[in-house]
Amino acid sequence: MDRIVIIGAGQAGAQAVASLRAEGFAGAITLVGDEPFPPYQRPPLSKAYLSGDYARERLFLKPDSFYAESQCDLRLGVAAVDLDRKAKTVTLSDGAGLPYDRLLLATGTLVRKLPVPGAELPGVHYLRGIAEVDGLRPELVAGKRLAVIGGGYIGLEVAAVARKHGLDVTVIEAAGRVMARSASEPVSAFYEAEHRGHGVKFLLGAMAQGIEGRARVTAVVTDRGSVAADAVLIGVGVVPDTSLAESAGLPCNNGIVVDEFAATADPDIFAAGDCTNHPDFTGGRVRLESVQNAIDQAKHAAASMLGKGTAYCEVPWFWSDQYDLKLQIAGLARPGDVIVPRGDPASRKFSVFHLRGGTVAAVEAVNAAPDYIIGRKLIAARAQPAPERLADISIPIKSFV
Amino acid sequence: MPKITYIEQNGKEHTVEVPVGWTVMEGAVKNRVPGIDADCGGACACATCHVYVDPAWQAKLKPRAEMEAQMLDFALELKPNSRLSCQIKVTQELDGLVVHTPKSQH
Ligand SMILES: Cc1cc2nc3c(=O)[nH]c(=O)nc-3n(C[C@H](O)[C@H](O)[C@H](O)COP(=O)(O)OP(=O)(O)OC[C@H]3O[C@@H](n4cnc5c(N)ncnc54)[C@H](O)[C@@H]3O)c2cc1C
Ligand code: FES
Repeated sequence: MDRIVIIGAGQAGAQAVASLRAEGFAGAITLVGDEPFPPYQRPPLSKAYLSGDYARERLFLKPDSFYAESQCDLRLGVAAVDLDRKAKTVTLSDGAGLPYDRLLLATGTLVRKLPVPGAELPGVHYLRGIAEVDGLRPELVAGKRLAVIGGGYIGLEVAAVARKHGLDVTVIEAAGRVMARSASEPVSAFYEAEHRGHGVKFLLGAMAQGIEGRARVTAVVTDRGSVAADAVLIGVGVVPDTSLAESAGLPCNNGIVVDEFAATADPDIFAAGDCTNHPDFTGGRVRLESVQNAIDQAKHAAASMLGKGTAYCEVPWFWSDQYDLKLQIAGLARPGDVIVPRGDPASRKFSVFHLRGGTVAAVEAVNAAPDYIIGRKLIAARAQPAPERLADISIPIKSFV
Repeated sequence: MPKITYIEQNGKEHTVEVPVGWTVMEGAVKNRVPGIDADCGGACACATCHVYVDPAWQAKLKPRAEMEAQMLDFALELKPNSRLSCQIKVTQELDGLVVHTPKSQH
Protein backbone atom coordinates (compact mmCIF):
# COMPACT_ATOMS: atom_id res chain seq x y z
CA MET A 1 0.00 0.00 0.00
CA ASP A 2 1.77 3.16 -1.02
CA ARG A 3 -0.70 5.81 -2.15
CA ILE A 4 -3.20 7.55 0.10
CA VAL A 5 -5.49 10.24 -1.28
CA ILE A 6 -7.48 12.54 0.99
CA ILE A 7 -10.41 14.52 -0.40
CA GLY A 8 -11.24 17.65 1.61
CA ALA A 9 -8.49 19.92 2.94
CA GLY A 10 -10.17 20.92 6.18
CA GLN A 11 -9.81 20.12 9.87
CA ALA A 12 -10.09 16.35 9.39
CA GLY A 13 -7.97 16.24 6.23
CA ALA A 14 -5.08 18.11 7.87
CA GLN A 15 -5.24 15.92 10.97
CA ALA A 16 -5.17 12.80 8.81
CA VAL A 17 -1.95 13.92 7.11
CA ALA A 18 -0.31 14.54 10.48
CA SER A 19 -1.56 11.26 11.94
CA LEU A 20 -0.58 9.17 8.92
CA ARG A 21 2.99 10.42 9.18
CA ALA A 22 3.02 10.10 12.97
CA GLU A 23 1.90 6.47 12.52
CA GLY A 24 4.87 5.90 10.26
CA PHE A 25 3.23 5.80 6.84
CA ALA A 26 6.02 6.41 4.33
CA GLY A 27 4.07 6.33 1.06
CA ALA A 28 2.64 9.16 -1.00
CA ILE A 29 -0.08 11.39 0.44
CA THR A 30 -2.18 13.70 -1.72
CA LEU A 31 -4.54 16.17 -0.05
CA VAL A 32 -7.14 17.73 -2.33
CA GLY A 33 -9.13 20.83 -1.38
CA ASP A 34 -11.54 22.83 -3.50
CA GLU A 35 -11.03 26.04 -1.53
CA PRO A 36 -8.01 28.14 -2.50
CA PHE A 37 -6.64 27.99 1.07
CA PRO A 38 -4.63 25.39 2.96
CA PRO A 39 -6.59 23.70 5.77
CA TYR A 40 -7.89 26.21 8.28
CA GLN A 41 -9.93 26.34 11.44
CA ARG A 42 -13.49 27.50 11.06
CA PRO A 43 -14.49 28.39 14.65
CA PRO A 44 -12.87 31.85 14.57
CA LEU A 45 -14.74 32.65 11.34
CA SER A 46 -17.93 33.59 13.17
CA LYS A 47 -16.01 35.07 16.09
CA ALA A 48 -12.64 36.86 16.10
CA TYR A 49 -11.99 36.63 12.34
CA LEU A 50 -15.35 38.18 11.47
CA SER A 51 -14.70 40.82 14.08
CA GLY A 52 -11.61 41.84 12.15
CA ASP A 53 -9.10 41.47 14.95
CA TYR A 54 -7.60 38.19 13.79
CA ALA A 55 -5.34 38.00 10.76
CA ARG A 56 -6.19 35.43 8.12
CA GLU A 57 -2.90 33.56 8.42
CA ARG A 58 -3.74 32.78 12.04
CA LEU A 59 -6.58 30.59 10.78
CA PHE A 60 -4.30 28.15 9.01
CA LEU A 61 -3.96 24.90 10.93
CA LYS A 62 -0.41 24.16 9.82
CA PRO A 63 2.42 26.23 8.37
CA ASP A 64 3.28 25.61 4.71
CA SER A 65 6.47 23.89 5.84
CA PHE A 66 4.34 21.15 7.39
CA TYR A 67 3.08 19.97 4.00
CA ALA A 68 6.51 20.16 2.46
CA GLU A 69 8.20 18.28 5.27
CA SER A 70 5.36 15.75 5.46
CA GLN A 71 5.83 15.22 1.73
CA CYS A 72 2.16 15.87 1.27
CA ASP A 73 1.14 16.82 -2.25
CA LEU A 74 -1.32 19.61 -1.49
CA ARG A 75 -3.69 20.30 -4.40
CA LEU A 76 -5.70 23.42 -3.66
CA GLY A 77 -8.45 25.08 -5.65
CA VAL A 78 -9.41 21.83 -7.35
CA ALA A 79 -12.36 19.60 -6.56
CA ALA A 80 -12.62 15.85 -6.74
CA VAL A 81 -15.41 15.38 -9.28
CA ASP A 82 -15.46 11.64 -9.85
CA LEU A 83 -14.68 8.54 -7.86
CA ASP A 84 -14.18 5.28 -9.75
CA ARG A 85 -14.02 2.55 -7.13
CA LYS A 86 -13.22 -0.21 -9.60
CA ALA A 87 -10.26 1.61 -11.07
CA LYS A 88 -9.45 3.07 -7.60
CA THR A 89 -9.03 6.50 -9.12
CA VAL A 90 -10.30 9.95 -8.27
CA THR A 91 -10.68 12.50 -11.02
CA LEU A 92 -10.13 16.17 -10.24
CA SER A 93 -11.80 19.21 -11.78
CA ASP A 94 -8.55 20.07 -13.57
CA GLY A 95 -8.69 16.70 -15.31
CA ALA A 96 -5.98 15.04 -13.25
CA GLY A 97 -6.52 11.42 -12.29
CA LEU A 98 -5.32 10.28 -8.87
CA PRO A 99 -4.92 6.55 -8.34
CA TYR A 100 -5.19 5.45 -4.70
CA ASP A 101 -4.66 2.40 -2.58
CA ARG A 102 -6.63 3.93 0.28
CA LEU A 103 -8.95 6.92 0.07
CA LEU A 104 -10.16 9.22 2.85
CA LEU A 105 -13.27 11.33 2.31
CA ALA A 106 -13.18 14.40 4.56
CA THR A 107 -15.52 16.61 2.57
CA GLY A 108 -17.27 18.34 5.48
CA THR A 109 -20.58 20.09 4.94
CA LEU A 110 -22.33 22.55 2.67
CA VAL A 111 -24.52 25.34 4.00
CA ARG A 112 -28.20 24.63 3.83
CA LYS A 113 -29.64 27.09 1.32
CA LEU A 114 -32.81 28.90 2.29
CA PRO A 115 -35.33 28.10 -0.43
CA VAL A 116 -37.08 31.48 -0.51
CA PRO A 117 -37.35 34.10 -3.24
CA GLY A 118 -34.72 36.81 -3.01
CA ALA A 119 -32.11 34.67 -1.27
CA GLU A 120 -29.69 35.46 -4.13
CA LEU A 121 -29.88 39.25 -3.70
CA PRO A 122 -26.71 41.20 -3.01
CA GLY A 123 -26.42 41.77 0.73
CA VAL A 124 -27.56 38.24 1.57
CA HIS A 125 -24.79 36.13 3.10
CA TYR A 126 -24.07 32.61 4.23
CA LEU A 127 -21.14 31.70 6.45
CA ARG A 128 -19.03 28.63 5.97
CA GLY A 129 -15.60 29.63 4.75
CA ILE A 130 -13.03 32.42 4.60
CA ALA A 131 -14.43 33.77 1.34
CA GLU A 132 -17.90 34.23 2.81
CA VAL A 133 -16.63 36.00 5.92
CA ASP A 134 -14.54 38.33 3.78
CA GLY A 135 -17.77 39.15 1.95
CA LEU A 136 -19.75 39.70 5.15
CA ARG A 137 -17.25 41.79 7.10
CA PRO A 138 -17.66 45.00 5.04
CA GLU A 139 -21.35 44.93 6.04
CA LEU A 140 -20.41 45.36 9.70
CA VAL A 141 -20.88 49.12 9.73
CA ALA A 142 -22.32 50.80 12.83
CA GLY A 143 -25.95 51.78 12.41
CA LYS A 144 -26.70 49.29 9.64
CA ARG A 145 -29.53 46.83 10.14
CA LEU A 146 -28.60 43.15 10.06
CA ALA A 147 -31.25 40.44 9.92
CA VAL A 148 -29.99 37.03 10.99
CA ILE A 149 -32.11 34.14 9.77
CA GLY A 150 -31.53 31.20 12.10
CA GLY A 151 -30.88 31.38 15.83
CA GLY A 152 -28.29 28.59 16.06
CA TYR A 153 -24.67 28.94 17.11
CA ILE A 154 -23.45 30.63 13.97
CA GLY A 155 -26.36 33.07 13.80
CA LEU A 156 -25.95 34.01 17.43
CA GLU A 157 -22.19 34.31 17.26
CA VAL A 158 -22.54 36.64 14.30
CA ALA A 159 -25.26 38.58 16.13
CA ALA A 160 -22.88 39.09 19.05
CA VAL A 161 -20.07 40.32 16.79
CA ALA A 162 -22.47 42.61 14.89
CA ARG A 163 -23.76 44.19 18.11
CA LYS A 164 -20.17 44.81 19.15
CA HIS A 165 -19.76 46.69 15.88
CA GLY A 166 -22.87 48.77 16.57
CA LEU A 167 -25.32 47.23 14.12
CA ASP A 168 -29.02 46.98 14.73
CA VAL A 169 -29.55 43.21 14.86
CA THR A 170 -32.72 41.12 14.59
CA VAL A 171 -32.62 37.33 14.83
CA ILE A 172 -35.41 35.48 13.04
CA GLU A 173 -35.89 31.91 14.24
CA ALA A 174 -38.49 29.36 13.18
CA ALA A 175 -38.45 27.48 16.50
CA GLY A 176 -39.89 28.98 19.65
CA ARG A 177 -36.43 29.40 21.18
CA VAL A 178 -32.83 29.96 20.14
CA MET A 179 -30.37 27.05 19.73
CA ALA A 180 -33.44 24.79 19.87
CA ARG A 181 -31.75 21.94 18.03
CA SER A 182 -28.75 21.68 20.28
CA ALA A 183 -29.34 23.28 23.66
CA SER A 184 -31.70 22.63 26.56
CA GLU A 185 -34.42 25.10 27.44
CA PRO A 186 -32.64 26.73 30.38
CA VAL A 187 -29.58 27.37 28.20
CA SER A 188 -31.69 28.72 25.33
CA ALA A 189 -33.57 31.03 27.68
CA PHE A 190 -30.33 32.28 29.21
CA TYR A 191 -28.74 33.04 25.83
CA GLU A 192 -31.83 34.76 24.52
CA ALA A 193 -31.89 36.99 27.61
CA GLU A 194 -28.16 37.77 27.26
CA HIS A 195 -28.58 38.74 23.62
CA ARG A 196 -31.61 40.88 24.45
CA GLY A 197 -29.52 42.53 27.17
CA HIS A 198 -26.96 43.37 24.47
CA GLY A 199 -29.68 44.90 22.33
CA VAL A 200 -30.44 42.06 19.92
CA LYS A 201 -34.07 41.81 18.87
CA PHE A 202 -35.79 38.46 18.29
CA LEU A 203 -38.58 37.23 16.12
CA LEU A 204 -39.14 33.69 17.39
CA GLY A 205 -41.52 31.15 15.90
CA ALA A 206 -41.27 33.07 12.62
CA MET A 207 -40.69 31.48 9.23
CA ALA A 208 -38.74 33.53 6.71
CA GLN A 209 -40.76 33.46 3.51
CA GLY A 210 -38.86 35.76 1.24
CA ILE A 211 -36.18 38.40 0.96
CA GLU A 212 -37.09 41.71 -0.63
CA GLY A 213 -35.08 44.28 -2.47
CA ARG A 214 -34.21 45.52 -5.94
CA ALA A 215 -30.52 46.07 -6.35
CA ARG A 216 -29.89 44.95 -2.79
CA VAL A 217 -31.75 43.40 0.09
CA THR A 218 -34.12 45.74 1.94
CA ALA A 219 -36.21 43.42 4.10
CA VAL A 220 -36.90 39.87 5.20
CA VAL A 221 -40.55 38.85 4.97
CA THR A 222 -41.77 36.35 7.57
CA ASP A 223 -45.14 34.91 8.50
CA ARG A 224 -44.99 37.19 11.52
CA GLY A 225 -44.25 40.42 9.72
CA SER A 226 -41.31 41.84 7.87
CA VAL A 227 -37.93 42.98 9.16
CA ALA A 228 -36.17 45.86 7.42
CA ALA A 229 -32.56 44.99 6.70
CA ASP A 230 -29.46 46.38 5.01
CA ALA A 231 -27.84 42.96 5.15
CA VAL A 232 -28.94 39.41 5.88
CA LEU A 233 -27.03 36.48 7.29
CA ILE A 234 -28.59 33.08 6.70
CA GLY A 235 -27.49 30.46 9.23
CA VAL A 236 -29.98 27.65 8.96
CA GLY A 237 -27.62 24.74 9.29
CA VAL A 238 -25.53 22.59 7.03
CA VAL A 239 -25.87 19.36 5.10
CA PRO A 240 -23.12 16.75 4.81
CA ASP A 241 -21.27 16.87 1.51
CA THR A 242 -21.84 13.29 0.38
CA SER A 243 -22.03 13.93 -3.36
CA LEU A 244 -18.81 12.11 -4.29
CA ALA A 245 -19.58 9.14 -2.02
CA GLU A 246 -23.14 8.87 -3.27
CA SER A 247 -22.16 9.05 -6.91
CA ALA A 248 -19.81 6.14 -6.28
CA GLY A 249 -22.59 4.13 -4.68
CA LEU A 250 -21.36 4.26 -1.09
CA PRO A 251 -24.16 4.06 1.50
CA CYS A 252 -25.12 7.52 2.76
CA ASN A 253 -27.79 8.50 5.25
CA ASN A 254 -27.41 12.00 6.64
CA GLY A 255 -23.69 11.55 6.08
CA ILE A 256 -21.40 8.90 4.66
CA VAL A 257 -22.14 5.78 6.68
CA VAL A 258 -19.01 4.51 8.45
CA ASP A 259 -18.30 2.05 11.23
CA GLU A 260 -16.38 2.74 14.44
CA PHE A 261 -13.11 2.40 12.49
CA ALA A 262 -14.19 5.17 10.10
CA ALA A 263 -14.47 2.58 7.32
CA THR A 264 -17.13 2.86 4.62
CA ALA A 265 -18.71 -0.11 2.88
CA ASP A 266 -15.69 -0.15 0.52
CA PRO A 267 -12.68 -1.67 2.34
CA ASP A 268 -10.32 0.85 0.73
CA ILE A 269 -12.38 3.95 1.47
CA PHE A 270 -12.63 5.70 4.81
CA ALA A 271 -14.35 8.90 5.89
CA ALA A 272 -13.94 11.37 8.76
CA GLY A 273 -15.32 14.63 10.11
CA ASP A 274 -18.58 16.49 9.55
CA CYS A 275 -19.46 14.36 6.51
CA THR A 276 -19.83 11.07 8.40
CA ASN A 277 -22.69 9.27 10.06
CA HIS A 278 -20.94 7.10 12.64
CA PRO A 279 -21.55 4.98 15.74
CA ASP A 280 -21.61 7.04 18.93
CA PHE A 281 -20.53 6.21 22.46
CA THR A 282 -24.09 5.38 23.52
CA GLY A 283 -24.52 2.64 20.93
CA GLY A 284 -26.56 4.81 18.57
CA ARG A 285 -25.44 6.67 15.46
CA VAL A 286 -24.79 10.34 15.00
CA ARG A 287 -23.43 12.96 12.63
CA LEU A 288 -21.48 15.66 14.43
CA GLU A 289 -20.32 19.09 13.38
CA SER A 290 -17.39 19.76 15.61
CA VAL A 291 -13.65 20.24 15.71
CA GLN A 292 -13.30 17.47 18.27
CA ASN A 293 -15.00 14.95 16.01
CA ALA A 294 -12.99 16.02 12.98
CA ILE A 295 -9.71 15.61 14.87
CA ASP A 296 -10.49 12.43 16.75
CA GLN A 297 -12.23 10.61 13.93
CA ALA A 298 -9.42 11.55 11.52
CA LYS A 299 -6.87 10.10 13.93
CA HIS A 300 -8.80 6.84 14.03
CA ALA A 301 -9.28 6.85 10.27
CA ALA A 302 -5.55 7.31 9.70
CA ALA A 303 -4.74 4.36 11.93
CA SER A 304 -7.45 2.25 10.29
CA MET A 305 -6.10 2.98 6.82
CA LEU A 306 -2.78 1.57 7.97
CA GLY A 307 -4.41 -1.53 9.38
CA LYS A 308 -3.99 -0.61 13.05
CA GLY A 309 -7.34 0.96 13.75
CA THR A 310 -9.04 1.09 17.12
CA ALA A 311 -12.70 1.88 17.72
CA TYR A 312 -13.65 5.55 17.87
CA CYS A 313 -15.97 6.07 20.82
CA GLU A 314 -14.79 9.34 22.39
CA VAL A 315 -17.28 11.50 24.23
CA PRO A 316 -18.04 14.43 21.89
CA TRP A 317 -17.30 17.97 23.02
CA PHE A 318 -18.02 21.40 21.59
CA TRP A 319 -17.90 25.05 22.53
CA SER A 320 -19.43 28.37 21.49
CA ASP A 321 -18.24 31.89 22.33
CA GLN A 322 -20.76 34.70 22.50
CA TYR A 323 -19.89 38.00 24.23
CA ASP A 324 -17.92 37.05 27.33
CA LEU A 325 -19.77 33.77 27.67
CA LYS A 326 -18.21 30.41 27.05
CA LEU A 327 -20.61 27.57 26.44
CA GLN A 328 -18.99 24.15 26.66
CA ILE A 329 -20.92 21.02 25.83
CA ALA A 330 -19.95 17.39 26.24
CA GLY A 331 -21.85 14.24 25.37
CA LEU A 332 -25.02 13.90 23.36
CA ALA A 333 -28.33 15.31 24.58
CA ARG A 334 -31.54 13.75 23.32
CA PRO A 335 -35.17 14.72 23.61
CA GLY A 336 -36.64 13.07 26.68
CA ASP A 337 -33.48 13.33 28.80
CA VAL A 338 -34.03 14.29 32.42
CA ILE A 339 -32.67 17.81 32.81
CA VAL A 340 -30.75 18.61 36.00
CA PRO A 341 -29.79 22.28 36.32
CA ARG A 342 -26.82 23.11 38.53
CA GLY A 343 -26.25 26.70 39.64
CA ASP A 344 -28.21 29.87 39.05
CA PRO A 345 -28.26 31.33 35.51
CA ALA A 346 -28.52 34.78 37.10
CA SER A 347 -24.95 34.29 38.33
CA ARG A 348 -23.91 33.83 34.65
CA LYS A 349 -22.21 30.62 35.70
CA PHE A 350 -24.26 27.45 35.63
CA SER A 351 -24.66 24.11 33.95
CA VAL A 352 -27.33 21.69 32.84
CA PHE A 353 -26.80 17.95 33.11
CA HIS A 354 -28.75 15.48 30.98
CA LEU A 355 -29.51 12.08 32.46
CA ARG A 356 -30.81 9.19 30.40
CA GLY A 357 -31.96 6.16 32.38
CA GLY A 358 -30.13 7.72 35.32
CA THR A 359 -26.81 7.84 33.44
CA VAL A 360 -25.12 11.16 32.61
CA ALA A 361 -25.45 11.58 28.85
CA ALA A 362 -24.53 15.23 28.34
CA VAL A 363 -23.61 18.46 30.07
CA GLU A 364 -23.94 22.05 28.95
CA ALA A 365 -21.81 24.44 30.98
CA VAL A 366 -21.90 28.22 30.80
CA ASN A 367 -18.73 29.85 32.18
CA ALA A 368 -18.44 26.72 34.31
CA ALA A 369 -15.43 24.75 33.11
CA PRO A 370 -15.27 22.43 36.14
CA ASP A 371 -18.82 21.20 35.51
CA TYR A 372 -17.92 20.66 31.86
CA ILE A 373 -14.73 18.73 32.56
CA ILE A 374 -16.18 16.63 35.38
CA GLY A 375 -19.27 16.14 33.21
CA ARG A 376 -17.07 14.72 30.46
CA LYS A 377 -15.57 12.27 32.95
CA LEU A 378 -18.97 11.29 34.31
CA ILE A 379 -20.26 10.66 30.80
CA ALA A 380 -17.25 8.53 29.87
CA ALA A 381 -17.62 6.55 33.12
CA ARG A 382 -21.38 6.06 32.52
CA ALA A 383 -21.85 7.49 36.02
CA GLN A 384 -25.24 7.58 37.69
CA PRO A 385 -25.07 10.40 40.25
CA ALA A 386 -28.14 11.20 42.32
CA PRO A 387 -29.88 14.08 40.52
CA GLU A 388 -30.61 16.03 43.69
CA ARG A 389 -26.94 15.92 44.66
CA LEU A 390 -25.84 16.96 41.18
CA ALA A 391 -28.17 19.95 41.45
CA ASP A 392 -26.76 20.96 44.84
CA ILE A 393 -23.96 23.49 44.34
CA SER A 394 -22.89 23.14 47.96
CA ILE A 395 -21.52 19.74 46.92
CA PRO A 396 -18.30 20.36 44.95
CA ILE A 397 -18.52 18.98 41.42
CA LYS A 398 -15.14 17.30 41.88
CA SER A 399 -16.58 15.02 44.54
CA PHE A 400 -18.60 13.21 41.88
CA VAL A 401 -15.61 11.46 40.31
CA MET B 1 9.61 40.31 16.73
CA PRO B 2 9.75 38.76 20.21
CA LYS B 3 11.64 35.48 20.43
CA ILE B 4 10.21 32.62 22.42
CA THR B 5 12.00 29.47 23.46
CA TYR B 6 10.16 26.20 23.89
CA ILE B 7 12.02 23.39 25.66
CA GLU B 8 10.83 19.83 25.23
CA GLN B 9 10.95 17.22 28.00
CA ASN B 10 14.05 15.72 26.38
CA GLY B 11 15.81 19.07 26.59
CA LYS B 12 15.50 19.97 22.91
CA GLU B 13 15.14 23.73 22.50
CA HIS B 14 13.22 25.62 19.81
CA THR B 15 13.63 29.38 19.63
CA VAL B 16 11.22 31.07 17.25
CA GLU B 17 9.94 34.55 16.47
CA VAL B 18 6.29 35.17 17.28
CA PRO B 19 4.38 38.28 16.20
CA VAL B 20 3.09 40.60 18.93
CA GLY B 21 -0.60 39.86 19.53
CA TRP B 22 -0.33 36.18 18.71
CA THR B 23 -0.33 33.63 21.47
CA VAL B 24 2.48 31.44 22.78
CA MET B 25 0.43 28.46 21.54
CA GLU B 26 0.33 29.84 18.00
CA GLY B 27 4.07 30.44 18.08
CA ALA B 28 4.53 26.72 18.70
CA VAL B 29 1.96 25.46 16.21
CA LYS B 30 3.07 27.75 13.36
CA ASN B 31 6.67 26.69 13.88
CA ARG B 32 5.93 23.01 14.32
CA VAL B 33 7.26 22.87 17.86
CA PRO B 34 6.21 19.45 19.10
CA GLY B 35 4.34 18.82 22.35
CA ILE B 36 1.47 21.29 22.00
CA ASP B 37 -1.71 19.86 20.49
CA ALA B 38 -4.05 22.86 20.78
CA ASP B 39 -7.08 20.93 19.56
CA CYS B 40 -9.51 23.83 20.04
CA GLY B 41 -7.24 26.31 18.29
CA GLY B 42 -6.97 28.67 21.23
CA ALA B 43 -10.54 28.88 22.50
CA CYS B 44 -9.56 27.84 26.05
CA ALA B 45 -11.79 24.83 25.55
CA CYS B 46 -9.48 21.82 25.33
CA ALA B 47 -6.52 22.25 27.73
CA THR B 48 -4.17 20.54 25.27
CA CYS B 49 -1.80 23.53 25.05
CA HIS B 50 -0.41 23.18 28.57
CA VAL B 51 3.11 24.55 29.21
CA TYR B 52 5.29 25.31 32.21
CA VAL B 53 6.56 28.85 32.28
CA ASP B 54 10.23 29.11 33.16
CA PRO B 55 10.44 30.31 36.78
CA ALA B 56 12.50 33.33 35.72
CA TRP B 57 9.52 34.56 33.66
CA GLN B 58 6.61 33.70 35.90
CA ALA B 59 6.35 37.09 37.56
CA LYS B 60 6.37 38.90 34.19
CA LEU B 61 3.19 37.25 32.95
CA LYS B 62 -0.31 38.48 33.63
CA PRO B 63 -1.99 36.06 36.06
CA ARG B 64 -4.34 33.36 34.76
CA ALA B 65 -7.89 34.43 34.10
CA GLU B 66 -10.63 32.43 35.79
CA MET B 67 -11.56 30.27 32.77
CA GLU B 68 -7.92 29.39 32.19
CA ALA B 69 -7.42 28.50 35.85
CA GLN B 70 -10.53 26.33 35.81
CA MET B 71 -9.47 24.48 32.67
CA LEU B 72 -5.90 24.03 33.94
CA ASP B 73 -7.10 22.55 37.15
CA PHE B 74 -7.68 19.35 35.22
CA ALA B 75 -4.46 19.26 33.22
CA LEU B 76 -2.05 16.37 33.78
CA GLU B 77 0.80 17.15 36.19
CA LEU B 78 -0.35 20.60 37.13
CA LYS B 79 2.35 22.80 38.68
CA PRO B 80 2.31 26.34 40.06
CA ASN B 81 3.92 27.54 36.82
CA SER B 82 1.42 25.73 34.58
CA ARG B 83 -0.31 27.82 31.93
CA LEU B 84 -2.47 27.30 28.88
CA SER B 85 -0.21 28.68 26.18
CA CYS B 86 -3.17 29.88 24.09
CA GLN B 87 -4.01 32.31 26.86
CA ILE B 88 -0.58 33.99 26.91
CA LYS B 89 -0.56 36.89 24.44
CA VAL B 90 2.84 37.74 23.10
CA THR B 91 4.02 41.28 23.83
CA GLN B 92 7.35 43.00 23.27
CA GLU B 93 8.02 42.58 27.00
CA LEU B 94 7.89 38.83 26.58
CA ASP B 95 10.87 38.84 24.20
CA GLY B 96 13.05 35.97 25.44
CA LEU B 97 10.26 34.07 27.21
CA VAL B 98 11.09 30.46 27.98
CA VAL B 99 8.43 27.76 28.38
CA HIS B 100 8.70 24.01 28.85
CA THR B 101 6.33 21.57 27.16
CA PRO B 102 4.87 18.70 29.23
CA LYS B 103 5.29 14.97 28.70
CA SER B 104 1.77 14.62 27.36
CA GLN B 105 -1.28 16.76 26.71
CA HIS B 106 -3.78 13.94 27.19
C1 LIG C 1 -18.58 29.58 11.22
C2 LIG C 1 -18.30 28.29 11.90
C3 LIG C 1 -18.06 28.27 13.27
C4 LIG C 1 -17.79 27.08 13.93
N1 LIG C 1 -17.53 27.09 15.27
C5 LIG C 1 -17.23 25.94 15.91
C6 LIG C 1 -16.91 25.93 17.30
O1 LIG C 1 -16.95 26.95 17.98
N2 LIG C 1 -16.56 24.75 17.87
C7 LIG C 1 -16.51 23.57 17.16
O2 LIG C 1 -16.18 22.52 17.72
N3 LIG C 1 -16.82 23.56 15.85
C8 LIG C 1 -17.18 24.71 15.21
N4 LIG C 1 -17.48 24.69 13.87
C9 LIG C 1 -17.51 23.39 13.18
C10 LIG C 1 -16.14 22.94 12.71
O3 LIG C 1 -15.47 23.98 12.07
C11 LIG C 1 -16.31 21.76 11.78
O4 LIG C 1 -16.93 20.73 12.53
C12 LIG C 1 -15.00 21.26 11.20
O5 LIG C 1 -14.41 22.22 10.38
C13 LIG C 1 -15.22 19.98 10.43
O6 LIG C 1 -14.05 19.56 9.80
P1 LIG C 1 -14.09 18.72 8.45
O7 LIG C 1 -12.68 18.47 8.09
O8 LIG C 1 -15.02 17.60 8.61
O9 LIG C 1 -14.76 19.68 7.41
P2 LIG C 1 -14.23 21.14 6.83
O10 LIG C 1 -13.29 21.71 7.83
O11 LIG C 1 -15.44 21.81 6.49
O12 LIG C 1 -13.40 20.70 5.57
C14 LIG C 1 -13.96 20.08 4.43
C15 LIG C 1 -13.27 20.64 3.21
O13 LIG C 1 -13.48 19.77 2.12
C16 LIG C 1 -13.70 20.54 0.95
N5 LIG C 1 -14.35 19.69 -0.06
C17 LIG C 1 -15.61 19.19 -0.03
N6 LIG C 1 -15.85 18.44 -1.13
C18 LIG C 1 -14.71 18.45 -1.87
C19 LIG C 1 -14.34 17.86 -3.11
N7 LIG C 1 -15.18 17.09 -3.81
N8 LIG C 1 -13.11 18.10 -3.59
C20 LIG C 1 -12.23 18.86 -2.89
N9 LIG C 1 -12.53 19.44 -1.70
C21 LIG C 1 -13.76 19.23 -1.19
C22 LIG C 1 -14.53 21.67 1.48
O14 LIG C 1 -14.55 22.77 0.61
C23 LIG C 1 -13.79 21.99 2.78
O15 LIG C 1 -12.72 22.87 2.57
C24 LIG C 1 -17.77 25.88 13.19
C25 LIG C 1 -18.02 25.89 11.82
C26 LIG C 1 -18.28 27.07 11.17
C27 LIG C 1 -18.55 27.08 9.70
S1 FES D 1 -5.65 25.52 22.54
FE1 FES D 1 -7.37 24.62 23.48
S2 FES D 1 -7.21 25.43 25.50
FE2 FES D 1 -5.48 26.27 24.52
